[in-house]
Amino acid sequence: MIINHPLLGPRDAAEFTVLGDASLLHRPDGMTATMDDMHDYAYLRDNPAGLHRELWYHEQGDRSWLVVTRNTLTHDVENVELARDVARTEGRSK
Amino acid sequence: MTQPNRLDGGQIDRTRKLKFSWNGTFYSGYHGDTLASALLANGQRLVGRSFKYHRPRGIFSAGSEEPNALVQLRTGAAQEPNTRATTIELFDGLKATSQNHRGSLEYDLMAANDLLSPFLSAGFYYKTFMWPKAFWEQFYEPVIRASAGLGRLSMEPDPDVYDHGYLHCDLLIIGAGPAGLTAALTAARAGLRVILADEDFTPGGRLNAETYAVDDQPGATWAAAVTAELQAMDNVRLMTRTTVYGAYDHGVYGALERKTDHLANANGKPRQVLWRLYTKRALLTAGSTERSIAFGNNDRPGVMLAGAVRTYVNRFGVAPGKKVAIFTNNDDGLRTADDLRAKGVDITRIIDARQGDNVVNTVGRKGLHTVYLNGGRHVEADCLAVSGGWSPNVHLTCHHRGRPVWNEQIAGFTPGKDLPPGMVVAGAANGAMTLAAAIRQAHEAAQSIAAGLGKTVRDTAPKASDETFDTAPFWHVAESKTRAWVDLQNDVTTKDIKQSHQEGFRSVEHLKRYTTLGMATDQGKTANILGLALMAEAQGKSIQDTGTTIFRPPYNPVAIGAFAGRARGKDFRPTRLTPSHRWAEENGADFVETGMWLRAQWFKQPGEKGWRDSVDREAAMVRKSVGICDVTTLGKIDIQGRDAAEFLNRIYANAFLKLPVGKVRYGLMLREDGICYDDGTTARLAENHFVMTTTTANAVTVFRNMEFARQCLWPDLDVHLISTTDAWAQFGVAGPNARALLSKVVDDLDLSNDAFPFMACTDCTVFGGTPARLFRISFSGELAYEVAVPARYGDAMIRALMEVGQEFDAVPYGTEALGVLRIEKGHAAGNELNGQTTAQMLGLGGMVSKKKDSIGSKLSERPALNGDDDMRLVGFKPVDKTIGLTAGAHFLSPGDPEDMAHDQGWMTSVAYSPELGHSIGLGYLKRGQDRLGEQIRSYSPVRGGNTMVEVCSPHHIDPEGHRQRG
Amino acid sequence: MRYSALKILTQGLTGNKGWTPAWREPDPKADYDIIIIGGGGHGLATAYYLAREHGLRNIAVLEKGWIGSGNVGRNTTIIRSNYLLEGNQPFYELSLKLWEGLEQDFNYNAMVSQRGILNLIHSDAQRDAYVRRGNAMRLSGADAVILGPEEIRKTCPYLDFENARFPIQGAIWQPRGGTVRHDAVAWGYARGADERGVDIIQNCEVTGFQMDGGTCVGVETSRGPIRAKKVAMCVAGSSSRVAEQAGMRLPIESHVLQAFVSEGLKPTLPGVITFGAGHFYVSQSDKGGLVFGGDIDGYNTYAQRGNLPVVEDVCEGGMAIMPMIGRARLLRMWGGVMDMSMDGSPFIDQTHIDGLYFNGGWCYGGFKATPASGFCYAHLLATGNPHPVATAYKLDRFRTGAMIDEKGAGNSPNLH
Repeated sequence: MIINHPLLGPRDAAEFTVLGDASLLHRPDGMTATMDDMHDYAYLRDNPAGLHRELWYHEQGDRSWLVVTRNTLTHDVENVELARDVARTEGRSK
Repeated sequence: MTQPNRLDGGQIDRTRKLKFSWNGTFYSGYHGDTLASALLANGQRLVGRSFKYHRPRGIFSAGSEEPNALVQLRTGAAQEPNTRATTIELFDGLKATSQNHRGSLEYDLMAANDLLSPFLSAGFYYKTFMWPKAFWEQFYEPVIRASAGLGRLSMEPDPDVYDHGYLHCDLLIIGAGPAGLTAALTAARAGLRVILADEDFTPGGRLNAETYAVDDQPGATWAAAVTAELQAMDNVRLMTRTTVYGAYDHGVYGALERKTDHLANANGKPRQVLWRLYTKRALLTAGSTERSIAFGNNDRPGVMLAGAVRTYVNRFGVAPGKKVAIFTNNDDGLRTADDLRAKGVDITRIIDARQGDNVVNTVGRKGLHTVYLNGGRHVEADCLAVSGGWSPNVHLTCHHRGRPVWNEQIAGFTPGKDLPPGMVVAGAANGAMTLAAAIRQAHEAAQSIAAGLGKTVRDTAPKASDETFDTAPFWHVAESKTRAWVDLQNDVTTKDIKQSHQEGFRSVEHLKRYTTLGMATDQGKTANILGLALMAEAQGKSIQDTGTTIFRPPYNPVAIGAFAGRARGKDFRPTRLTPSHRWAEENGADFVETGMWLRAQWFKQPGEKGWRDSVDREAAMVRKSVGICDVTTLGKIDIQGRDAAEFLNRIYANAFLKLPVGKVRYGLMLREDGICYDDGTTARLAENHFVMTTTTANAVTVFRNMEFARQCLWPDLDVHLISTTDAWAQFGVAGPNARALLSKVVDDLDLSNDAFPFMACTDCTVFGGTPARLFRISFSGELAYEVAVPARYGDAMIRALMEVGQEFDAVPYGTEALGVLRIEKGHAAGNELNGQTTAQMLGLGGMVSKKKDSIGSKLSERPALNGDDDMRLVGFKPVDKTIGLTAGAHFLSPGDPEDMAHDQGWMTSVAYSPELGHSIGLGYLKRGQDRLGEQIRSYSPVRGGNTMVEVCSPHHIDPEGHRQRG
Repeated sequence: MRYSALKILTQGLTGNKGWTPAWREPDPKADYDIIIIGGGGHGLATAYYLAREHGLRNIAVLEKGWIGSGNVGRNTTIIRSNYLLEGNQPFYELSLKLWEGLEQDFNYNAMVSQRGILNLIHSDAQRDAYVRRGNAMRLSGADAVILGPEEIRKTCPYLDFENARFPIQGAIWQPRGGTVRHDAVAWGYARGADERGVDIIQNCEVTGFQMDGGTCVGVETSRGPIRAKKVAMCVAGSSSRVAEQAGMRLPIESHVLQAFVSEGLKPTLPGVITFGAGHFYVSQSDKGGLVFGGDIDGYNTYAQRGNLPVVEDVCEGGMAIMPMIGRARLLRMWGGVMDMSMDGSPFIDQTHIDGLYFNGGWCYGGFKATPASGFCYAHLLATGNPHPVATAYKLDRFRTGAMIDEKGAGNSPNLH
């Protein structure tokens, strides 16, 4: 697979480590979250057959975390963004 | 050494005669021959035995689709089983032998299986060999295994090397036949970067095997001219002997180039190169493969695909027989007669199924001599050229699980709609079954691909004639009473297909799995369509509705060695060396693999008999005076920024916000699931500057997780991370004389206990100005420091430290003594922190701060992780002090039965303590903290151990910590 | 029809014309006592044991494609019970015991072959962990032996003892481990279940669940609605997709595990061998192919295919421990979609919806579990209580913290 890194251009997927579902960006605050909130965050996944937003880490590269939107049926990559930008956009700026 | 079947002409070089040996007899052939053509030239018709029935078999094809002529190539460690004689380029001195027979090839004892064939039909082995039960493993299976398999491995390490390579192109063209050559020329003229790959050693494909004309030249001449033109172009890479074996995601293709397989000796060059091709577009011009017809005894040596017969005659100048009959269902078969007659080969009969003529049986066990037709007729023939039509080579179009579609007109599957992205198909692979049509289609495809990539070219397609192409689907001869083969190699007959249907194995996948159709080394390239057609007929369905099994990579088998490349032996993984490695080598160190690192495990001194002598001495000297250990391998992360303290406070389970500058703190790291996964120390060198150490094993993971937290969870924290593991050489200096020693090393720093107490840290210089960092931390429990210098000074540093240390009898100590010291002190390491450990188990439950949110703190509160009956880390010592303890032993209460229901825990780490003079251990024990002094059984059936041990504090020495604070 | 050597003889003498279908091709009835969704190994085994152990007959197995088309038809055929944790060990030991009597039980030769499994050890820490595991196995009544390098060299002289990057320090050896002819497992269970009256319905895809006041009362399928008193999901690889139709989110991700087979070779390897310092395990089939595999690709996918980095990684592992396989050719590679769970262990449990049951999360270890999975799922379906060896496989175990994490990798499915 090829991941089109927003800063570095196309890179072989072998340079990356995959974490999984990009919902992991939305970690609840442990001081206010219920145990169920934290459980759902840590353990439950949509696991869709189709478009999947997921976290990839350019471990053998610039150490960026990326949000890759990829089809789990075809492996087509629709979009690649810096996870930091996504996290900020999605409200993790406090 | 005459070659009785050699004809005139062909593309062999008669000036280069080559000698080769087949089953121990020497023969000759020419440069440009394959082993198959040379064997045929020498009249060798029987070349192998089939898988199940051990039927005598001859050469069936002229390409990589060969099901029969599999040989052992070369000898000794270089011997290569199951090699297709049809693809082996002849070289001088080649040695090959036949395989899969007991006794000689001529008289194979296993041929008795053929007589038993009525009892060996599809799936027979699922229905028997079950009684008596014990006989399966003791008798039936060993017999089956010994007779199954094909060739043999040498069982010696592969002596050759394999390389990996990476190439990028605009357009990959797969197959250099007429379509591929045409497309390559057009695309290259348009300025695309083109790779043209073909498995053969001579480009041209069927043009080399047929008597077609292109641009008014003989096809082979045209192909050679185009090849020369392409080779002269800078933007073209022509790769012969290269099989594109798989289509992967995002335009990545796998290819195998055979670099020296055609040479007698590789002379140190790689045998093969496994290429990964990164392409913008790919054009599949892989042509088509001829298939057979199922009729009685259609597997005799001498029965050959008609196209292969033409290849041998036209390309290699070899007559596969002296009297040739032809059995065909299409016009292409008739061409064989013309070509053979032109070379003076006797054609005894053309049997055209379209005219109602059929072959019902053949005779000639080790070599065909008579062909029986319907209506009781027969004809003499030592070669029967069969053509059941041509199947487009759609394999790579299906590697993303796309399905091909049945095309009635050509009676073959053509590519479906869902091709791998970026792939285009042209020529015979796309169902364009005549030369002119294939060339036209390839030309258009190349133009359109070029246009799509922003390039234009005005050239015209090469001229060729549209020869007639008429085919009538014809799969099997119903009148045949004897067995008719579908899959030659795996001995699947028409009866097996019928039986499969009869027994309910009707899906094509069930058919394949039940009968083993298409599962042999040739992957059914000449057999599958025939099998599907027969199943469709049995079900009364169309072939389209019956469907096909999935084509998977590789298109042709690839050596495992090629996939591995250079990553074998010592080069299996990179080796990381510590800064003191060279010094350690000079000083008698034994090294141990720690992840990628090599670390000194002990330093042997003269007179020491075994490793224990060295380790005991090193550990004792640390406790007595001072020892020095390279701890560079521990992960080091430099953390800076205004929010660095806040960040660490969220990463570690314990509090970090208020760590004073100049202090180090032990930190416990949890995964989000609340389990401890790493620990280490973090030093605050300045208000906004911290240095973290991690365990060696988790250095990469911790850094990854911290980057995740930084970029994804808390992107607005002002904090930056950099891994400095390789940037700093770090040495532990431990023992009562550590301060005295370091006082002579560190420049202008008061190391007194008041000025630089336990858990202090500072930037400093050593040896008169070399930048350094000093930490007062202790893994051994002794008065200890770690001193770090930039890695480039590491070698000088260890030498200087040891020199200064002479005064104190300082010793270097390795990982084993390090282990002994930490077990004596009761510090957890990898054996205790195995990813299943809670803070409570370590006795550190109180460290997990409830006053803040940190990774894992919430989920660590779940009830099952906080039971009353939890395991707790404690120490153990043998009741009988002379007995050594066993890591991995389980604990049982005395008198309890030996079963899991009474399991009380397990021993994680053990060591012999030179300080205490007996074996000691650490381990997890249920409610261990409440059981100090209790005696329990340490039980290890796999090590033969059953020892009474006393539960004690994990801190075997100095539990109050006076020494490290002193 | 009962299979035997005599039957083969009489059929062989009469032209093999009398063989009958191994299973019927019934049309679905309007309702059943139990519907099992998924005609893979586990689903068919569940049906078989429901009929055989609990005398239940009014059962349908619904398969969207052809039976055995899931991971039972695309694995590396290994059986073993070398597990560490008490939530797992007794279950896998039960499975191994069921394997040992399976063929006589269902009258089908699945070629259960206990030629042993050898897990190589390359470090002190690994040895300590394997000693702990071996002792746990022995305490559970399983077999385990720790071997030193010299003992391994006697049976496997071709391993790289001289030039290895990670030298072989020993091995844990389970003599009762081995391999089974995987497709035959599905077929044997299907035939046995069919014989006992179970309807096996192929080409019947479940498209939804019928609910009645919070209770599951049947399914919608591509062949029409079918009602049932109990509905049992058994679709590892597709669990999330099917469960989603019931509104459930699962602690599961789908990943691809690739597997490989070489061309046929004369006997080369005795049993199963696994590399402890890389990702490679291998055995040799009765047909002669080296069957091998390694790690999952690591990204979520439902495509039954993988990519090259893992292929290379696996072959590197192979060459690192047995460099004599270099000239054996890789013949076929394929991928199976795995239910990777959050702790690497499976689920056999009731869901929060009455009448709806779940079996899945088998990661890449489901094949060896097939008999016990079917046996325990049948027990749960028939009695309403978990089987004693499967009590830990709860769907809610992450809420309580009762993970069964053999590898200690935490809540990252692609690390298990």
